[in-house]
Amino acid sequence: MAAHAPKTRVDVGRALKDAGLTALLAFGLFLPLIGFLTVQDFNNNLVLTTRWPLLFSVVAVIAVGRLAYSLVLAPWLAARAQRPVAATPPAWRAFVGRWFTPFAIGFVLVYPPFVILTAGWGGAVKWLDNFGIQVLIYIMLGWGLNIVVGLAGLLDLGYVAFYAVGAYSYALFAKEFGLSFWILLPIAGILASFWGVLLGFPVLRLRGDYLAIVTLAFGEIVRIVLINFVDLTNGYAGISSIPRPTFFGIPFTANDDGFAAVFGLEFTPVYRTIFLYYVILGLALLTAFVTVRLRRLPVGRAWEALREDEIACRSLGINTTNTKLTAFAMGAMFAGFAGSFFAARQGFISPDSFTFMESASIVAIVVLGGMGSQIGVAIAAIAMIGGTEIMRDLDFLKHIFGPTFDPTQYRMLLFGFAMVLIMIWKPRGLISTRDPSVFLKERKTISSDLVGEGRG
Amino acid sequence: MAPAGDILLKVEHLRMRFGGLIAVDDLSFDARAGEITALIGPNGAGKTTVFNCITGFYKPSEGRLSLRHGAPAVWDALETLTDSGQRSVTRSDGALFLLERMPDYLVTDEARVARTFQNIRLFAGMTVLENLLVAQHNKLMLASGYTLLGVLGFPSFTKAERAAIDKARLWLDRVGLLARADDPAGDLPYGAQRRLEIARAMCTDPVLLCLDEPAAGLNPRESGELNDLLLAIRAQHGISILLIEHDMSVVMEISDHVIVLDYGIKIADGAPNDVRNDQKVIAAYLGVPDKDVAKVEAEVGL
Repeated sequence: MAAHAPKTRVDVGRALKDAGLTALLAFGLFLPLIGFLTVQDFNNNLVLTTRWPLLFSVVAVIAVGRLAYSLVLAPWLAARAQRPVAATPPAWRAFVGRWFTPFAIGFVLVYPPFVILTAGWGGAVKWLDNFGIQVLIYIMLGWGLNIVVGLAGLLDLGYVAFYAVGAYSYALFAKEFGLSFWILLPIAGILASFWGVLLGFPVLRLRGDYLAIVTLAFGEIVRIVLINFVDLTNGYAGISSIPRPTFFGIPFTANDDGFAAVFGLEFTPVYRTIFLYYVILGLALLTAFVTVRLRRLPVGRAWEALREDEIACRSLGINTTNTKLTAFAMGAMFAGFAGSFFAARQGFISPDSFTFMESASIVAIVVLGGMGSQIGVAIAAIAMIGGTEIMRDLDFLKHIFGPTFDPTQYRMLLFGFAMVLIMIWKPRGLISTRDPSVFLKERKTISSDLVGEGRG
Repeated sequence: MAPAGDILLKVEHLRMRFGGLIAVDDLSFDARAGEITALIGPNGAGKTTVFNCITGFYKPSEGRLSLRHGAPAVWDALETLTDSGQRSVTRSDGALFLLERMPDYLVTDEARVARTFQNIRLFAGMTVLENLLVAQHNKLMLASGYTLLGVLGFPSFTKAERAAIDKARLWLDRVGLLARADDPAGDLPYGAQRRLEIARAMCTDPVLLCLDEPAAGLNPRESGELNDLLLAIRAQHGISILLIEHDMSVVMEISDHVIVLDYGIKIADGAPNDVRNDQKVIAAYLGVPDKDVAKVEAEVGL
């Protein structure tokens, strides 16, 4: 509010009043949320206790924060808004834009040896598996969904369904027929894209909110079928002891024919993790490469044109039905790849891994990153998924908030907080400009004000 | 190209009903090859509805819309085609299309009827050049082997894309937008957006170009340039034009043939000068009954 006022003079009295009002509001809001706590006593009775110190410290932090905002930050923002914007962006931005991608690819390639060198063999598993592989799966899912949401402008809230199809196809085919990971990977992709087309057909005529609701329902249908089709999927219990991927036929076991023995190394489970890391890295880079390539092909341009104006597309002889279906199929295929990798890595899958929360996280990653932007989506996935993983390590918070405090429980709160911040600061995502797919003389990025968001 | 002067598009007994409203009633007219045919009439006369029927965006309630490629002799096949239930027939000397049976994208892709819109529909977030490449989608799609060869970077696709860019460059030069090829289409001024939309429609290689109020919102100089552009399209490419327009300076100057609609009914059909002096047309535009035209004209000093 104060940020938008053109005045630069600071009104201390008004700031104090404002801070007092904020404190009152925070007190009212947090009194039931933080102030009261129900605990079980020795007789298993629920008793109400209070947490006044915590409540008042939270309220005080908020009031001081608000005061600092109106005294320091708001005048600074107002002054900055009045300063003329430089006509050309600074040179470092062009430098970062030029070198970011090669540097990022180089970094992810040397990440495993780097982690092993710094954290040792024992500590590396956590950083490779929980952090590296987990983030890369979501980067890949984000990039896949980006084709549907970012390029074609079709809001898909049931994307996790295709991830599930990929995971279950790998699990079932590998267990029943003993086929290898590398054969099942394309099969899982094809099956998932088949389901993508299957979803695409009935929703072709829907746009915007209606499309979102139907895709959401589709995601739930797939999950509920997985739960109830017990003969095939084993229901809630899930499928366990799924065959793990091998190094081109050499299993990662401690046996004599295992990876370590064959290559004359000492056995450690880290080898498998490193291998899985490079597999998902390869898959994610494949997704990025294909998407970048497709954007410069007629089909990618037709997707973007569809997002901009569907009627104009039809007037130019573009079969919008086929164009939408290819977008659904292509997005679903990458989810299928990611799903089959997920099943192979976990060794166990159940319908619990494919809830709406997963779809929502992937959509959140795409929206935060900026629809249509590869780098933005990758950064958002690192922040969202990697951030959650890092939160598990913030043990020092237990000293502050008490031993029962679990930072990961605040994951969704932080998700929401990040969403709100991004929507205020950059409503179209971290990287919202669009790079043209072709140019005559000069590549000029296109401001997000002009780029359509797609209405269905 | 189709020989000039022969019928290219035949509209017969076209009727379009929206619930209880009859927007176009029993409309019949012909558009001849190599001519500029103008469709005029007061607001709400049903002109855009006729366009939407011709370009496949609406399915007409009744009527036949037929279009010819090649020699005029293919018109002989019209009745057989209608009875056969097919969309089109191709013979060695040409082809015949029944537009009312085709979905909108095939009207452009196969029958090669291109259109522009009354409220400009450009791809605002894409560059001017990209807009023109999207218009050549089907040709490029084929050249990219339905994406497969394109992903692998086959040279045949690279060649086709270069040809498409050359064609776009040609049309950008024709409409005077070459210098702005790499700017987003949404950044162009209004008049330039109109010209770009025409260039985009021309990139689909049409035989018939349907323009819905191309001069709307243009200043006199710009509409003069538009006249020259349309005359050049007709003269150099032999493309026939069907035009909806309110700007009489455009209609009277460049059309060869004018059709006047009022409340969905054709009230006049002929050369621009004949239509201009038609009592019914004047009455429709003045919004008075036929018999009062002389009186009203005297009042307003015509």
